[in-house]
Amino acid sequence: MTVRLRFTQPGPQTSVQDLGRTGFQAYGVPVCGALDPVALRLANALVGNAETLAALECRLAGPHFTVEGGTARLAVAGADVTIDVTFEGETRRFPAWRAIDVPADASVRVGALSRSGCAVLAVAGGIEVPVVLGSRATDLKGGFGGYQGRPVGSGDVLPVGPTSPHGRCLELPSPPELSASGPLRVVLGPQSEAFTEEGIATFLGSTYRVSRDADRMGMRLDGPPLAFRVSADIVSDGIANGSIQVPGSGLPIVLLADHQTIGGYAKVATVISSDLPAAGRLLPGAELRFTSVSVEEAEVARRTLEDDISRLIASFVPVREAAHVDEAALLTENLISGVVSAWESE
Amino acid sequence: MTGSTEPTDRRIGALARFLPVGDTAFAVEFGDRIAPEINALVHRAAAVLAEAAPEGMVETVPSFRSLLVNYDPRATSAATLQRVLGDLDLGETVQGELQRIWRIPVLYGGEAGPDLDAVASATGLSSDEVITRHSGEVYRVYVQGFLPGFAYLGDIVPELDLPRLTTPRVRVPPGSVAIAQRMTGIYPVASPGGWRLLGNTPVRLFDPTQSPPTLFAPGDGVRFVPVDAQSHAAIQRKVAEGAYVPDQEGAA
Repeated sequence: MTVRLRFTQPGPQTSVQDLGRTGFQAYGVPVCGALDPVALRLANALVGNAETLAALECRLAGPHFTVEGGTARLAVAGADVTIDVTFEGETRRFPAWRAIDVPADASVRVGALSRSGCAVLAVAGGIEVPVVLGSRATDLKGGFGGYQGRPVGSGDVLPVGPTSPHGRCLELPSPPELSASGPLRVVLGPQSEAFTEEGIATFLGSTYRVSRDADRMGMRLDGPPLAFRVSADIVSDGIANGSIQVPGSGLPIVLLADHQTIGGYAKVATVISSDLPAAGRLLPGAELRFTSVSVEEAEVARRTLEDDISRLIASFVPVREAAHVDEAALLTENLISGVVSAWESE
Repeated sequence: MTGSTEPTDRRIGALARFLPVGDTAFAVEFGDRIAPEINALVHRAAAVLAEAAPEGMVETVPSFRSLLVNYDPRATSAATLQRVLGDLDLGETVQGELQRIWRIPVLYGGEAGPDLDAVASATGLSSDEVITRHSGEVYRVYVQGFLPGFAYLGDIVPELDLPRLTTPRVRVPPGSVAIAQRMTGIYPVASPGGWRLLGNTPVRLFDPTQSPPTLFAPGDGVRFVPVDAQSHAAIQRKVAEGAYVPDQEGAA
Protein backbone atom coordinates (compact mmCIF):
# COMPACT_ATOMS: atom_id res chain seq x y z
CA MET A 1 0.00 0.00 0.00
CA THR A 2 1.10 3.48 -0.59
CA VAL A 3 1.35 6.13 2.09
CA ARG A 4 -1.45 8.68 2.42
CA LEU A 5 -2.04 11.67 4.69
CA ARG A 6 -5.58 12.09 6.02
CA PHE A 7 -6.20 15.65 7.20
CA THR A 8 -8.24 16.28 10.31
CA GLN A 9 -7.39 20.00 10.48
CA PRO A 10 -5.77 21.53 7.43
CA GLY A 11 -4.40 24.72 9.01
CA PRO A 12 -5.32 28.24 7.85
CA GLN A 13 -4.05 27.72 4.30
CA THR A 14 -2.18 24.57 3.47
CA SER A 15 -1.61 24.00 -0.23
CA VAL A 16 0.44 21.68 -2.40
CA GLN A 17 3.38 23.58 -3.90
CA ASP A 18 6.57 22.81 -5.77
CA LEU A 19 9.11 25.03 -7.52
CA GLY A 20 6.35 26.39 -9.78
CA ARG A 21 4.80 26.14 -13.20
CA THR A 22 7.12 27.59 -15.79
CA GLY A 23 6.58 27.64 -19.53
CA PHE A 24 2.95 28.75 -19.66
CA GLN A 25 3.05 32.40 -18.68
CA ALA A 26 2.54 33.34 -22.33
CA TYR A 27 -0.95 31.80 -21.94
CA GLY A 28 -1.63 33.81 -18.79
CA VAL A 29 -0.81 30.94 -16.44
CA PRO A 30 0.95 32.17 -13.28
CA VAL A 31 4.05 30.41 -11.97
CA CYS A 32 2.79 29.80 -8.39
CA GLY A 33 5.03 27.48 -6.36
CA ALA A 34 6.38 27.84 -2.83
CA LEU A 35 6.57 31.34 -1.37
CA ASP A 36 9.81 30.25 0.28
CA PRO A 37 11.56 28.04 -2.27
CA VAL A 38 14.62 27.75 -0.04
CA ALA A 39 12.47 26.12 2.66
CA LEU A 40 11.00 23.80 0.02
CA ARG A 41 14.43 22.73 -1.21
CA LEU A 42 15.73 22.16 2.32
CA ALA A 43 12.62 20.25 3.42
CA ASN A 44 12.82 18.04 0.33
CA ALA A 45 16.53 17.43 0.89
CA LEU A 46 15.93 16.50 4.55
CA VAL A 47 13.60 13.65 3.52
CA GLY A 48 15.80 12.57 0.61
CA ASN A 49 13.61 13.97 -2.17
CA ALA A 50 14.68 15.66 -5.36
CA GLU A 51 14.16 19.39 -4.89
CA THR A 52 11.46 19.45 -7.57
CA LEU A 53 9.00 17.22 -5.69
CA ALA A 54 5.79 18.68 -4.32
CA ALA A 55 5.31 19.39 -0.62
CA LEU A 56 2.79 21.19 1.57
CA GLU A 57 3.11 24.89 2.16
CA CYS A 58 1.63 25.91 5.51
CA ARG A 59 0.65 29.47 6.41
CA LEU A 60 0.59 30.73 10.02
CA ALA A 61 -0.03 27.28 11.48
CA GLY A 62 0.47 23.74 10.35
CA PRO A 63 -2.01 20.95 9.66
CA HIS A 64 -3.13 17.97 11.71
CA PHE A 65 -3.23 14.65 9.90
CA THR A 66 -2.90 10.94 10.31
CA VAL A 67 -0.52 8.78 8.35
CA GLU A 68 -2.00 5.78 6.56
CA GLY A 69 -0.65 2.88 4.58
CA GLY A 70 2.93 2.85 5.79
CA THR A 71 5.68 4.86 7.41
CA ALA A 72 6.01 8.47 6.28
CA ARG A 73 9.31 10.26 6.57
CA LEU A 74 8.56 13.96 6.87
CA ALA A 75 10.29 17.23 7.68
CA VAL A 76 9.22 20.82 8.22
CA ALA A 77 11.49 23.67 7.16
CA GLY A 78 11.17 27.42 6.88
CA ALA A 79 9.80 28.30 10.31
CA ASP A 80 10.22 27.33 13.91
CA VAL A 81 7.40 25.05 14.86
CA THR A 82 6.67 22.03 17.02
CA ILE A 83 5.55 18.77 15.51
CA ASP A 84 3.63 16.48 17.86
CA VAL A 85 3.49 12.85 16.83
CA THR A 86 1.00 10.65 18.66
CA PHE A 87 1.24 6.90 18.31
CA GLU A 88 -0.60 4.37 20.44
CA GLY A 89 -1.59 7.00 22.94
CA GLU A 90 1.84 8.44 23.42
CA THR A 91 2.83 11.88 22.15
CA ARG A 92 6.36 12.99 21.35
CA ARG A 93 7.37 16.44 20.29
CA PHE A 94 9.86 17.20 17.53
CA PRO A 95 11.32 20.43 16.14
CA ALA A 96 11.49 21.65 12.55
CA TRP A 97 14.58 21.22 10.36
CA ARG A 98 14.86 17.46 10.79
CA ALA A 99 13.34 14.36 9.30
CA ILE A 100 10.95 12.27 11.39
CA ASP A 101 9.75 8.76 10.62
CA VAL A 102 6.07 8.55 11.44
CA PRO A 103 4.50 5.07 11.47
CA ALA A 104 1.14 4.23 9.94
CA ASP A 105 -1.82 5.18 12.13
CA ALA A 106 0.16 7.82 14.01
CA SER A 107 -1.29 11.32 14.08
CA VAL A 108 0.74 14.44 13.48
CA ARG A 109 0.00 17.96 14.69
CA VAL A 110 2.14 20.74 13.26
CA GLY A 111 1.78 23.78 15.52
CA ALA A 112 1.76 27.53 15.03
CA LEU A 113 4.65 28.90 12.98
CA SER A 114 7.07 31.32 14.51
CA ARG A 115 9.70 33.54 12.90
CA SER A 116 7.96 33.14 9.52
CA GLY A 117 4.47 33.23 8.06
CA CYS A 118 5.06 30.18 5.90
CA ALA A 119 6.73 26.81 6.23
CA VAL A 120 7.08 23.74 4.06
CA LEU A 121 6.24 20.21 5.13
CA ALA A 122 7.88 17.67 2.84
CA VAL A 123 7.21 13.95 2.78
CA ALA A 124 9.62 11.39 1.35
CA GLY A 125 8.23 10.50 -2.10
CA GLY A 126 6.55 13.88 -2.44
CA ILE A 127 2.86 14.75 -2.44
CA GLU A 128 1.72 12.84 -5.47
CA VAL A 129 -1.08 14.90 -6.97
CA PRO A 130 -1.39 14.94 -10.78
CA VAL A 131 1.02 17.07 -12.78
CA VAL A 132 -0.90 19.84 -14.53
CA LEU A 133 0.95 21.90 -17.16
CA GLY A 134 4.28 20.62 -15.94
CA SER A 135 3.82 21.21 -12.22
CA ARG A 136 2.01 20.01 -9.12
CA ALA A 137 1.72 23.54 -7.67
CA THR A 138 -1.75 24.70 -6.68
CA ASP A 139 -3.03 27.66 -8.68
CA LEU A 140 -5.50 28.87 -6.08
CA LYS A 141 -6.94 31.59 -8.27
CA GLY A 142 -7.14 29.52 -11.44
CA GLY A 143 -8.51 26.60 -9.44
CA PHE A 144 -6.25 23.90 -10.88
CA GLY A 145 -3.11 21.99 -9.95
CA GLY A 146 -2.32 20.81 -6.44
CA TYR A 147 -5.13 18.98 -4.68
CA GLN A 148 -8.27 19.76 -6.69
CA GLY A 149 -7.03 23.30 -7.33
CA ARG A 150 -7.70 24.44 -3.78
CA PRO A 151 -6.19 24.57 -0.30
CA VAL A 152 -6.21 21.30 1.63
CA GLY A 153 -9.42 20.83 3.65
CA SER A 154 -10.56 18.68 6.54
CA GLY A 155 -11.14 15.11 5.47
CA ASP A 156 -8.89 15.32 2.41
CA VAL A 157 -6.62 12.35 1.79
CA LEU A 158 -3.42 13.21 -0.07
CA PRO A 159 -1.35 10.49 -1.72
CA VAL A 160 2.39 10.29 -1.17
CA GLY A 161 4.68 9.09 -3.93
CA PRO A 162 6.31 5.68 -3.70
CA THR A 163 9.54 5.64 -1.76
CA SER A 164 11.29 3.57 0.84
CA PRO A 165 12.99 5.82 3.32
CA HIS A 166 16.26 4.26 4.28
CA GLY A 167 19.07 5.17 6.57
CA ARG A 168 18.79 7.38 9.58
CA CYS A 169 16.77 10.58 9.62
CA LEU A 170 18.79 13.69 8.81
CA GLU A 171 18.77 17.03 10.55
CA LEU A 172 20.10 20.48 9.80
CA PRO A 173 22.32 21.41 12.75
CA SER A 174 22.30 25.18 12.13
CA PRO A 175 19.07 26.35 10.47
CA PRO A 176 19.32 29.56 8.43
CA GLU A 177 18.51 32.93 9.95
CA LEU A 178 14.88 33.64 9.05
CA SER A 179 14.24 37.16 10.25
CA ALA A 180 15.30 39.62 7.57
CA SER A 181 18.26 41.33 9.15
CA GLY A 182 18.49 44.16 6.68
CA PRO A 183 16.42 45.86 4.01
CA LEU A 184 15.07 43.85 1.10
CA ARG A 185 17.35 44.32 -1.88
CA VAL A 186 15.73 45.47 -5.12
CA VAL A 187 16.77 46.32 -8.65
CA LEU A 188 15.11 49.57 -9.75
CA GLY A 189 12.96 49.34 -12.88
CA PRO A 190 11.49 48.53 -15.32
CA GLN A 191 9.30 51.63 -14.95
CA SER A 192 11.30 53.61 -12.38
CA GLU A 193 11.12 56.52 -14.83
CA ALA A 194 7.35 56.72 -14.19
CA PHE A 195 8.21 58.11 -10.74
CA THR A 196 9.67 61.46 -9.73
CA GLU A 197 13.14 61.49 -8.21
CA GLU A 198 11.46 62.30 -4.95
CA GLY A 199 9.18 59.27 -5.43
CA ILE A 200 12.20 56.98 -5.79
CA ALA A 201 13.82 58.60 -2.75
CA THR A 202 10.61 58.01 -0.78
CA PHE A 203 10.62 54.36 -1.83
CA LEU A 204 14.23 53.76 -0.82
CA GLY A 205 14.19 55.98 2.25
CA SER A 206 11.00 54.96 4.04
CA THR A 207 9.89 52.18 6.31
CA TYR A 208 6.86 50.29 5.01
CA ARG A 209 4.54 47.95 6.80
CA VAL A 210 2.90 44.84 5.34
CA SER A 211 -0.86 45.50 5.34
CA ARG A 212 -3.58 42.98 6.13
CA ASP A 213 -4.12 42.75 2.40
CA ALA A 214 -1.37 40.22 1.82
CA ASP A 215 -1.62 36.79 0.28
CA ARG A 216 0.27 34.50 -2.07
CA MET A 217 -0.40 36.89 -4.92
CA GLY A 218 1.11 39.95 -3.31
CA MET A 219 1.61 42.16 -0.29
CA ARG A 220 0.15 45.63 -0.16
CA LEU A 221 2.36 47.93 1.87
CA ASP A 222 1.37 50.85 4.09
CA GLY A 223 3.64 53.86 4.32
CA PRO A 224 4.47 57.04 2.45
CA PRO A 225 3.08 57.05 -1.13
CA LEU A 226 5.39 57.38 -4.14
CA ALA A 227 4.97 60.37 -6.43
CA PHE A 228 4.43 59.71 -10.16
CA ARG A 229 5.64 61.92 -12.97
CA VAL A 230 2.31 61.54 -14.76
CA SER A 231 0.32 58.52 -13.69
CA ALA A 232 0.46 54.95 -12.45
CA ASP A 233 -0.97 53.53 -15.66
CA ILE A 234 1.22 51.89 -18.25
CA VAL A 235 0.46 49.73 -21.24
CA SER A 236 0.27 46.32 -19.55
CA ASP A 237 3.50 44.34 -19.63
CA GLY A 238 5.03 41.22 -18.10
CA ILE A 239 5.52 40.82 -14.37
CA ALA A 240 8.37 38.95 -12.71
CA ASN A 241 8.29 37.31 -9.32
CA GLY A 242 9.16 40.06 -6.84
CA SER A 243 8.07 42.95 -9.06
CA ILE A 244 6.84 45.90 -7.03
CA GLN A 245 3.93 47.58 -8.76
CA VAL A 246 2.50 50.88 -7.65
CA PRO A 247 -1.14 51.68 -8.42
CA GLY A 248 -2.66 55.16 -8.29
CA SER A 249 -2.62 55.21 -4.48
CA GLY A 250 1.19 55.42 -4.67
CA LEU A 251 1.51 52.53 -2.21
CA PRO A 252 3.75 49.67 -3.38
CA ILE A 253 2.55 46.10 -3.82
CA VAL A 254 5.20 43.36 -3.76
CA LEU A 255 4.07 40.65 -6.16
CA LEU A 256 4.71 37.10 -5.02
CA ALA A 257 4.43 33.56 -6.39
CA ASP A 258 0.77 33.70 -7.53
CA HIS A 259 1.12 37.08 -9.27
CA GLN A 260 -0.70 37.67 -12.53
CA THR A 261 1.44 37.32 -15.66
CA ILE A 262 0.94 40.87 -16.95
CA GLY A 263 -0.24 44.07 -15.36
CA GLY A 264 -1.00 47.70 -16.11
CA TYR A 265 0.58 49.55 -13.19
CA ALA A 266 4.07 51.02 -13.20
CA LYS A 267 6.65 48.86 -11.46
CA VAL A 268 9.21 50.79 -9.47
CA ALA A 269 11.58 47.88 -8.73
CA THR A 270 11.94 44.12 -8.37
CA VAL A 271 12.94 42.25 -5.21
CA ILE A 272 16.04 40.21 -6.08
CA SER A 273 15.64 36.44 -6.19
CA SER A 274 17.88 35.76 -3.20
CA ASP A 275 15.73 38.03 -1.00
CA LEU A 276 12.35 36.81 -2.28
CA PRO A 277 12.09 33.97 0.26
CA ALA A 278 12.46 36.58 3.02
CA ALA A 279 9.65 38.62 1.44
CA GLY A 280 7.49 35.50 1.30
CA ARG A 281 7.94 34.95 5.05
CA LEU A 282 6.67 38.40 6.07
CA LEU A 283 3.45 38.64 8.03
CA PRO A 284 0.93 41.49 8.09
CA GLY A 285 2.29 44.19 10.39
CA ALA A 286 5.94 43.42 9.61
CA GLU A 287 8.09 46.45 8.83
CA LEU A 288 10.45 46.52 5.90
CA ARG A 289 12.76 48.81 3.99
CA PHE A 290 14.23 48.60 0.51
CA THR A 291 17.73 49.13 -0.76
CA SER A 292 18.79 49.32 -4.38
CA VAL A 293 21.43 47.07 -5.97
CA SER A 294 22.55 46.52 -9.57
CA VAL A 295 21.53 43.52 -11.66
CA GLU A 296 25.12 42.24 -11.43
CA GLU A 297 25.11 42.52 -7.64
CA ALA A 298 21.77 40.70 -7.55
CA GLU A 299 23.18 37.90 -9.70
CA VAL A 300 26.16 37.57 -7.36
CA ALA A 301 23.81 37.51 -4.36
CA ARG A 302 21.86 34.67 -5.97
CA ARG A 303 25.03 32.64 -6.51
CA THR A 304 25.94 33.25 -2.86
CA LEU A 305 22.51 31.99 -1.80
CA GLU A 306 22.96 28.88 -3.96
CA ASP A 307 26.32 28.25 -2.26
CA ASP A 308 24.65 28.70 1.13
CA ILE A 309 21.94 26.16 0.24
CA SER A 310 24.53 23.65 -0.95
CA ARG A 311 26.53 24.19 2.24
CA LEU A 312 23.42 23.71 4.40
CA ILE A 313 22.53 20.48 2.61
CA ALA A 314 26.12 19.26 2.95
CA SER A 315 25.91 19.98 6.69
CA PHE A 316 23.03 17.55 7.29
CA VAL A 317 23.87 14.96 9.93
CA PRO A 318 21.96 11.90 11.09
CA VAL A 319 19.87 12.72 14.14
CA ARG A 320 21.53 11.34 17.21
CA GLU A 321 18.72 8.86 17.84
CA ALA A 322 18.51 6.07 15.31
CA ALA A 323 15.40 6.28 13.18
CA HIS A 324 15.03 3.07 11.28
CA VAL A 325 12.03 2.36 9.20
CA ASP A 326 10.89 -0.80 10.91
CA GLU A 327 8.23 -0.12 13.46
CA ALA A 328 9.97 -1.76 16.38
CA ALA A 329 12.89 0.56 15.93
CA LEU A 330 10.58 3.50 15.44
CA LEU A 331 8.84 2.79 18.69
CA THR A 332 11.87 2.14 20.75
CA GLU A 333 14.34 4.57 19.30
CA ASN A 334 12.65 7.33 17.38
CA LEU A 335 9.37 7.96 19.06
CA ILE A 336 10.00 6.60 22.49
CA SER A 337 13.51 7.76 23.16
CA GLY A 338 12.69 10.96 21.31
CA VAL A 339 14.97 13.89 20.79
CA VAL A 340 16.06 16.43 23.33
CA SER A 341 13.34 18.87 22.39
CA ALA A 342 10.72 16.17 22.69
CA TRP A 343 10.72 16.85 26.38
CA GLU A 344 10.77 20.60 26.18
CA SER A 345 7.29 21.57 27.22
CA GLU A 346 3.66 20.75 27.81
CA MET B 1 28.36 54.35 -37.82
CA THR B 2 24.87 55.52 -38.63
CA GLY B 3 23.96 52.28 -40.38
CA SER B 4 23.00 50.48 -37.20
CA THR B 5 20.17 52.91 -36.52
CA GLU B 6 18.58 52.62 -39.95
CA PRO B 7 15.20 50.93 -39.97
CA THR B 8 16.60 48.19 -42.20
CA ASP B 9 18.48 46.85 -39.18
CA ARG B 10 16.09 44.19 -37.92
CA ARG B 11 18.16 42.96 -35.01
CA ILE B 12 16.40 43.00 -31.65
CA GLY B 13 19.18 45.21 -30.31
CA ALA B 14 18.34 47.86 -32.90
CA LEU B 15 14.56 47.65 -32.51
CA ALA B 16 14.14 47.40 -28.74
CA ARG B 17 15.51 48.61 -25.45
CA PHE B 18 16.29 46.36 -22.50
CA LEU B 19 14.84 47.26 -19.11
CA PRO B 20 15.96 45.71 -15.79
CA VAL B 21 13.48 43.43 -13.98
CA GLY B 22 15.51 42.05 -11.08
CA ASP B 23 17.99 39.20 -11.52
CA THR B 24 15.64 36.64 -13.09
CA ALA B 25 14.14 38.66 -15.94
CA PHE B 26 14.45 41.68 -18.17
CA ALA B 27 12.03 43.43 -20.48
CA VAL B 28 12.61 43.84 -24.20
CA GLU B 29 10.52 46.88 -25.06
CA PHE B 30 9.62 47.63 -28.68
CA GLY B 31 7.49 50.72 -28.07
CA ASP B 32 5.20 52.43 -25.63
CA ARG B 33 1.76 52.06 -27.17
CA ILE B 34 -0.81 49.55 -28.32
CA ALA B 35 -0.41 49.06 -32.05
CA PRO B 36 -0.59 45.97 -34.25
CA GLU B 37 2.85 46.61 -35.81
CA ILE B 38 4.57 46.89 -32.39
CA ASN B 39 2.71 43.84 -31.09
CA ALA B 40 3.77 41.88 -34.18
CA LEU B 41 7.44 42.59 -33.32
CA VAL B 42 6.86 41.28 -29.79
CA HIS B 43 5.37 38.00 -30.97
CA ARG B 44 7.99 37.65 -33.69
CA ALA B 45 10.73 38.16 -31.09
CA ALA B 46 9.11 35.53 -28.85
CA ALA B 47 9.15 33.05 -31.73
CA VAL B 48 12.73 33.85 -32.75
CA LEU B 49 13.86 33.54 -29.16
CA ALA B 50 12.07 30.24 -28.66
CA GLU B 51 13.83 28.96 -31.78
CA ALA B 52 17.24 30.20 -30.62
CA ALA B 53 16.68 28.83 -27.10
CA PRO B 54 19.73 30.57 -25.62
CA GLU B 55 21.35 28.90 -22.63
CA GLY B 56 19.69 29.88 -19.34
CA MET B 57 16.50 31.32 -20.82
CA VAL B 58 13.47 29.94 -18.96
CA GLU B 59 10.45 31.40 -20.78
CA THR B 60 9.16 34.62 -22.27
CA VAL B 61 5.99 36.58 -21.57
CA PRO B 62 4.78 38.56 -24.58
CA SER B 63 2.56 41.57 -23.95
CA PHE B 64 1.35 44.51 -26.05
CA ARG B 65 4.66 46.23 -26.63
CA SER B 66 7.29 44.26 -24.77
CA LEU B 67 8.60 40.80 -24.15
CA LEU B 68 9.59 39.74 -20.64
CA VAL B 69 12.50 37.33 -20.81
CA ASN B 70 12.80 35.11 -17.73
CA TYR B 71 16.19 33.55 -17.12
CA ASP B 72 17.94 31.41 -14.57
CA PRO B 73 20.72 33.46 -12.98
CA ARG B 74 22.43 30.19 -12.02
CA ALA B 75 22.93 29.41 -15.71
CA THR B 76 23.49 32.79 -17.35
CA SER B 77 23.41 36.53 -16.70
CA ALA B 78 21.29 39.39 -18.01
CA ALA B 79 24.33 40.87 -19.75
CA THR B 80 25.15 37.61 -21.55
CA LEU B 81 21.58 36.96 -22.64
CA GLN B 82 21.09 40.54 -23.81
CA ARG B 83 24.20 40.26 -26.00
CA VAL B 84 22.81 37.09 -27.59
CA LEU B 85 19.33 38.56 -28.03
CA GLY B 86 20.57 41.85 -29.34
CA ASP B 87 22.08 40.11 -32.36
CA LEU B 88 19.01 38.03 -33.24
CA ASP B 89 17.44 39.17 -36.48
CA LEU B 90 13.66 39.49 -36.66
CA GLY B 91 13.74 39.59 -40.45
CA GLU B 92 10.74 40.94 -42.31
CA THR B 93 8.20 41.15 -39.52
CA VAL B 94 4.88 42.14 -40.96
CA GLN B 95 1.65 42.63 -39.13
CA GLY B 96 0.28 39.78 -41.17
CA GLU B 97 -3.09 38.30 -41.90
CA LEU B 98 -4.99 36.98 -38.91
CA GLN B 99 -4.25 33.27 -38.64
CA ARG B 100 -7.73 32.05 -37.75
CA ILE B 101 -10.91 33.96 -37.06
CA TRP B 102 -12.96 32.40 -34.28
CA ARG B 103 -16.72 32.95 -34.15
CA ILE B 104 -17.61 33.24 -30.45
CA PRO B 105 -21.32 33.03 -29.55
CA VAL B 106 -22.45 35.66 -27.04
CA LEU B 107 -25.69 36.13 -25.16
CA TYR B 108 -25.84 39.91 -24.75
CA GLY B 109 -27.57 41.85 -21.96
CA GLY B 110 -29.73 40.78 -19.05
CA GLU B 111 -28.02 38.77 -16.33
CA ALA B 112 -25.38 37.68 -18.83
CA GLY B 113 -24.40 41.29 -19.54
CA PRO B 114 -25.42 43.45 -16.60
CA ASP B 115 -23.60 46.57 -17.87
CA LEU B 116 -25.09 46.59 -21.38
CA ASP B 117 -27.77 49.17 -20.64
CA ALA B 118 -25.39 51.39 -18.67
CA VAL B 119 -22.89 51.27 -21.55
CA ALA B 120 -25.72 52.24 -23.88
CA SER B 121 -26.73 55.26 -21.83
CA ALA B 122 -23.10 56.32 -21.22
CA THR B 123 -22.38 56.24 -24.96
CA GLY B 124 -25.72 57.62 -26.14
CA LEU B 125 -26.37 54.49 -28.18
CA SER B 126 -29.24 52.06 -27.85
CA SER B 127 -28.46 48.64 -26.37
CA ASP B 128 -28.95 47.08 -29.80
CA GLU B 129 -26.50 49.55 -31.31
CA VAL B 130 -23.92 48.63 -28.68
CA ILE B 131 -24.37 44.97 -29.60
CA THR B 132 -24.13 45.75 -33.31
CA ARG B 133 -20.90 47.69 -32.85
CA HIS B 134 -19.31 45.20 -30.48
CA SER B 135 -20.15 42.23 -32.72
CA GLY B 136 -19.39 44.11 -35.92
CA GLU B 137 -15.60 43.88 -35.77
CA VAL B 138 -12.94 41.22 -36.02
CA TYR B 139 -10.57 41.63 -33.07
CA ARG B 140 -6.89 40.84 -32.89
CA VAL B 141 -5.53 38.70 -30.04
CA TYR B 142 -2.85 41.08 -28.80
CA VAL B 143 -1.77 39.20 -25.74
CA GLN B 144 -2.94 36.67 -23.19
CA GLY B 145 -2.50 37.20 -19.51
CA PHE B 146 -3.77 38.71 -16.28
CA LEU B 147 -5.81 35.50 -15.88
CA PRO B 148 -5.12 32.09 -17.43
CA GLY B 149 -6.50 32.31 -20.95
CA PHE B 150 -7.65 35.92 -20.72
CA ALA B 151 -7.04 37.42 -24.17
CA TYR B 152 -6.82 41.15 -24.76
CA LEU B 153 -8.76 41.73 -27.97
CA GLY B 154 -8.60 44.98 -29.88
CA ASP B 155 -9.47 47.40 -30.95
CA ILE B 156 -13.12 48.17 -30.25
CA VAL B 157 -14.75 51.11 -32.01
CA PRO B 158 -14.07 54.52 -30.42
CA GLU B 159 -17.78 55.02 -29.57
CA LEU B 160 -17.53 52.22 -27.01
CA ASP B 161 -14.33 53.53 -25.40
CA LEU B 162 -15.21 53.82 -21.70
CA PRO B 163 -12.94 53.66 -18.65
CA ARG B 164 -12.97 50.68 -16.32
CA LEU B 165 -15.58 50.69 -13.54
CA THR B 166 -14.50 52.88 -10.64
CA THR B 167 -15.38 50.05 -8.24
CA PRO B 168 -14.41 46.66 -9.66
CA ARG B 169 -16.76 43.74 -9.11
CA VAL B 170 -15.66 41.27 -6.46
CA ARG B 171 -16.66 38.38 -8.71
CA VAL B 172 -17.09 38.37 -12.46
CA PRO B 173 -18.66 35.09 -13.65
CA PRO B 174 -16.65 32.93 -16.08
CA GLY B 175 -17.50 33.51 -19.73
CA SER B 176 -18.32 37.18 -19.18
CA VAL B 177 -17.67 39.24 -22.31
CA ALA B 178 -16.45 42.66 -21.29
CA ILE B 179 -15.01 45.94 -22.53
CA ALA B 180 -12.59 48.51 -21.14
CA GLN B 181 -11.15 51.44 -23.07
CA ARG B 182 -10.34 50.15 -26.58
CA MET B 183 -10.13 46.48 -25.53
CA THR B 184 -12.60 43.66 -25.19
CA GLY B 185 -12.08 40.31 -23.54
CA ILE B 186 -13.66 37.23 -22.02
CA TYR B 187 -13.16 36.26 -18.36
CA PRO B 188 -12.12 32.58 -18.61
CA VAL B 189 -12.49 31.93 -14.87
CA ALA B 190 -14.35 33.64 -12.04
CA SER B 191 -12.34 36.62 -10.91
CA PRO B 192 -12.59 40.12 -9.52
CA GLY B 193 -12.73 42.56 -12.40
CA GLY B 194 -13.38 46.15 -13.40
CA TRP B 195 -14.35 45.73 -17.04
CA ARG B 196 -17.93 46.43 -18.17
CA LEU B 197 -19.90 43.26 -18.80
CA LEU B 198 -21.87 43.15 -22.06
CA GLY B 199 -22.69 39.46 -22.30
CA ASN B 200 -21.64 35.88 -21.73
CA THR B 201 -20.21 33.11 -23.85
CA PRO B 202 -20.30 29.41 -22.98
CA VAL B 203 -17.06 28.80 -24.92
CA ARG B 204 -14.23 27.39 -22.84
CA LEU B 205 -11.11 29.46 -23.32
CA PHE B 206 -8.79 27.79 -20.85
CA ASP B 207 -8.35 24.10 -20.17
CA PRO B 208 -5.33 23.17 -18.05
CA THR B 209 -5.56 19.54 -19.20
CA GLN B 210 -4.74 20.58 -22.78
CA SER B 211 -1.45 21.80 -24.20
CA PRO B 212 -1.53 24.56 -25.20
CA PRO B 213 -4.12 25.29 -22.52
CA THR B 214 -5.82 28.15 -24.35
CA LEU B 215 -8.17 28.25 -27.34
CA PHE B 216 -6.75 31.47 -28.77
CA ALA B 217 -3.21 32.13 -29.95
CA PRO B 218 -1.46 35.39 -30.78
CA GLY B 219 -2.28 36.34 -34.34
CA ASP B 220 -5.78 34.91 -34.11
CA GLY B 221 -8.87 36.98 -34.78
CA VAL B 222 -12.12 36.87 -32.84
CA ARG B 223 -15.64 37.85 -33.91
CA PHE B 224 -18.50 37.89 -31.41
CA VAL B 225 -21.76 36.45 -32.73
CA PRO B 226 -25.00 37.38 -30.89
CA VAL B 227 -27.11 34.35 -29.91
CA ASP B 228 -30.34 33.99 -27.95
CA ALA B 229 -30.71 32.41 -24.53
CA GLN B 230 -31.83 29.09 -26.00
CA SER B 231 -28.76 28.74 -28.25
CA HIS B 232 -26.52 29.88 -25.38
CA ALA B 233 -27.93 27.13 -23.17
CA ALA B 234 -27.61 24.53 -25.94
CA ILE B 235 -23.96 25.43 -26.55
CA GLN B 236 -23.32 25.42 -22.81
CA ARG B 237 -24.53 21.81 -22.66
CA LYS B 238 -22.25 20.83 -25.54
CA VAL B 239 -19.28 22.56 -23.87
CA ALA B 240 -19.99 20.66 -20.65
CA GLU B 241 -19.90 17.41 -22.65
CA GLY B 242 -16.62 18.48 -24.21
CA ALA B 243 -18.28 18.39 -27.62
CA TYR B 244 -18.04 21.99 -28.73
CA VAL B 245 -15.40 23.78 -30.73
CA PRO B 246 -16.33 27.24 -31.97
CA ASP B 247 -16.55 27.83 -35.73
CA GLN B 248 -13.80 29.51 -37.67
CA GLU B 249 -14.52 31.98 -40.40
CA GLY B 250 -13.68 30.79 -43.86
CA ALA B 251 -12.88 27.31 -42.59
CA ALA B 252 -13.98 24.47 -44.80
